[in-house]
Amino acid sequence: MKKLGLIINPIAGMGGRVGLKGTDGVVDQAIKLGALPQAPNRTEMSLKVLSDLKEKIEIVTCSGDMGENEAKKCGFKTRVVLEIKNRNTNQQDTIIAAKKLLEEDVDLLLFAGGDGTARDIYEAVGDKMTVVGIPAGVKIHSAVYASSPQKAGDLAVLYLQDNVPKVQEVEVMDIDEEAFRNGIVKTRLYGYLKIPYEKRFLQGKKSGSVMSDQAAQRAIGFDIVDNMEKNVYYIIGPGSTTRPIMEILEIPFTLLGVDLVYNKKLVKKDLTEKELLGEIENRPVKLVVTPIGGQGYIFGRGNQQISPDVIRKVGKKNIIVVATKQKLSSLEGRPFLVDTGDERLDEELRGYIRVTSGYKELVMYKVNA
Amino acid sequence: MKRINRNYKVRNFHQAKWDEPIIFELSKKGERGVLVPQAEEKIVALVGDGVSKIPQGMFRKELPKLPEISQPRVLRHYMRLSQMTLGADVNVEIGQGTCTVKYSPKVNEQLGKMPEMTEVHPLQHESTVQGILEIMYKTELCMREISGMDRFTFQPGGGSQAIMTMAAVVRAYHKANGNADKKDEIITTIYSHPSDAAAPALMGYKIIYIHPDENGYPDFEAFKEAVSERTAAFIVANPEDTGVYNKRVQEFTRMVHEKGGLCCYDQANANGLLGVTRAREAGFDMCHFNLHKTFSTPHGCGGPATGAMGVTKQLEKFMPAPLIDFDGEKYFLNEDITNNPYTIGKVRAFNGVAPVVMKTYAWIMNLGAEGLYEAAKIAVLNNNYLFKKLMALDCVDAPYIKGKQRIEQVRYTLEKLTEDTGIKTEDIQRRMMDFGMHYWCSHHPYYVPEPMTLEPTETPSKEDLDEYIATLEHIFKEAYETPEKFKNAPYCSSCHRVDESGMDDPNEWAISWRSYLKKSIAE
Repeated sequence: MKKLGLIINPIAGMGGRVGLKGTDGVVDQAIKLGALPQAPNRTEMSLKVLSDLKEKIEIVTCSGDMGENEAKKCGFKTRVVLEIKNRNTNQQDTIIAAKKLLEEDVDLLLFAGGDGTARDIYEAVGDKMTVVGIPAGVKIHSAVYASSPQKAGDLAVLYLQDNVPKVQEVEVMDIDEEAFRNGIVKTRLYGYLKIPYEKRFLQGKKSGSVMSDQAAQRAIGFDIVDNMEKNVYYIIGPGSTTRPIMEILEIPFTLLGVDLVYNKKLVKKDLTEKELLGEIENRPVKLVVTPIGGQGYIFGRGNQQISPDVIRKVGKKNIIVVATKQKLSSLEGRPFLVDTGDERLDEELRGYIRVTSGYKELVMYKVNA
Repeated sequence: MKRINRNYKVRNFHQAKWDEPIIFELSKKGERGVLVPQAEEKIVALVGDGVSKIPQGMFRKELPKLPEISQPRVLRHYMRLSQMTLGADVNVEIGQGTCTVKYSPKVNEQLGKMPEMTEVHPLQHESTVQGILEIMYKTELCMREISGMDRFTFQPGGGSQAIMTMAAVVRAYHKANGNADKKDEIITTIYSHPSDAAAPALMGYKIIYIHPDENGYPDFEAFKEAVSERTAAFIVANPEDTGVYNKRVQEFTRMVHEKGGLCCYDQANANGLLGVTRAREAGFDMCHFNLHKTFSTPHGCGGPATGAMGVTKQLEKFMPAPLIDFDGEKYFLNEDITNNPYTIGKVRAFNGVAPVVMKTYAWIMNLGAEGLYEAAKIAVLNNNYLFKKLMALDCVDAPYIKGKQRIEQVRYTLEKLTEDTGIKTEDIQRRMMDFGMHYWCSHHPYYVPEPMTLEPTETPSKEDLDEYIATLEHIFKEAYETPEKFKNAPYCSSCHRVDESGMDDPNEWAISWRSYLKKSIAE
């Protein structure tokens, strides 16, 4: 019998209906404004899709609103492994619950919430567990969420039936809600969670063995490494697309930070803007960045260390953008975006840029400010 | 007596199902098919036994491991297998995706099977194969007229190999000009055939893809940014696999020429263009046609293929040899190119597949120039009839160039159907088999969500098209009303739903009996 972990953040999404653009820190205000819980209903929509597997899975979850109620309501064999005492659940509850389910060694973790919830799950489980997000929050910037509760259910069914043998890492993003309420969008990349890899690229027989996203990332990595010029500094931006570059070079790296490479050796990892500027001063330098999946930001989201000053020092012609075709496909034709904080620079970066999408393979892609 | 209802819209269909083992499993030691008669003494005395002259090094060390089975059992075996497939002669062939599949008149098939065709050998003396050389020469003249190119070779074994040949000519051309090192990039569009990128990539070129602009045409501004001194060539399909025809293609080719690059036209989608446009006038230096598919031979995977590749005069010396010429009295294999230092060399043995060229010649001669134009017009008309009918359905849409007609095919999207019902394009594919219809998921790259690519060609009648549309409509209705029906489809096919989870895992499949045995033993 398979074990399906379930965590519901019952307050997720409550801020949205009452115009609060999020629920972080304003639950009481939301309730006062008449907000009703969204996540339970949406979880139910997902669980209905899973009902065919009722006899084959056990739902491992937390008490009450954090999973037990919905799992039982939908008629699943349910085992509660964590009692939540306080009624108004908070961030810590999600983190503790996810850690508990990690100990339980569940086959898949299904969770309902928004970007904040995804962050908490990431903090608790990192890359140690495969997850599927049921979108229930106000903001859904993270790629860990399926496009609808039903699709989250579909994905879980496929994975639990072993029809999705691979997993992929996707971005956990969140915005600064306080700033957002004031009309400013500031997004940050928090990490990567593993989700089942839906074989969108594999549906055609004519294509034969199409590469998985990981294989495509590795091909990109080899292209960059094979073409690395001598005595040139390479700033390697954050992300799972740039990671294979460091893996191929067999040097340490930071997944979310910015690293500096010179003659295929690490100069320093996780540099701040100041450190970067200090290291590259008057030196030949190239910059490797990848867009944020689904959003398309190449500067200004998740890589703020690469500041306008750094970009100017590098020069537009020395920027290497890397992205797999799947990532480009996730943009559905929308251009890349730049939001460096320097309008003039954003304007200069507009136009077309060559994107390395495989080994010796480029795509001309549009950049908008 | 029960009357047969002739007003059906959706056909009742059921495929035969035989518990048919693999032919190796039918093998029985000592069982024979036919015994080849020994040569008569008189003949042996005259020309020898026909075996002893074969050099020792060419003999097999052991007999081939063929199954041992009698002729009737072989015949039954393959007859049964043929009943378990969905052949092009049985179904309305519209859904092959990007692969043109049209009817090949049976008389042309018979021409390809004539003993005069099947019993000639490419090493026979020229004087004994004047007939096929004449046909090849005259077919080349037709190809020149259709494309505007100056020379053709029928050597490439198919479309992808013709693209490979074009890429080889590109390389040889730049090498001859001393630019090979500087010219290392090839530009193509994302909706051109995947081979347009794959073939030159295999030769070491860097590939640059152009996406469509907001209107659905290849993005000219992106193209301008992509073209540079490093551009070796531009290889493109037009119309692209979405059915979109790039009207500004001449501007694209001009820009490449200004930078010293060459322009190659992938004409695998030429069916709607015969007698309408020509590669030369659009500024191309090379082009290829699939003689299979476009010119009366079944699709390459179902029969032999030929990728006819043509070039302008300036590139002739780079062609693979031999070419066929006529000196006013006889046809001959011109080896001049073989002996020149510029040729890319052979890409395949001899002159490719002679019966395919024969069928092409017969098809063109039968139709004439007007007939080719007519075939193109009907192919476009059929496509746009299908397009209009399907676009009227709520759950079907087609991205790019909204409101405008397509050429010979359309890449549709069933995204709405999937969102509404959870039924995906691959589910539709399986269910179509239950009605004896082909619907193949060939839509690379998978940028269009839940794609459906249909290409009717000039073959189907209005009744055929209506039947195909009715079947699709019936299935879409089912998707909304009884989506559970799709879980195990197909039901009427010899194979029901196949577990595809291991398809991309080399440990789980075997491409031959020998590899199957190896894997089974290993387990």
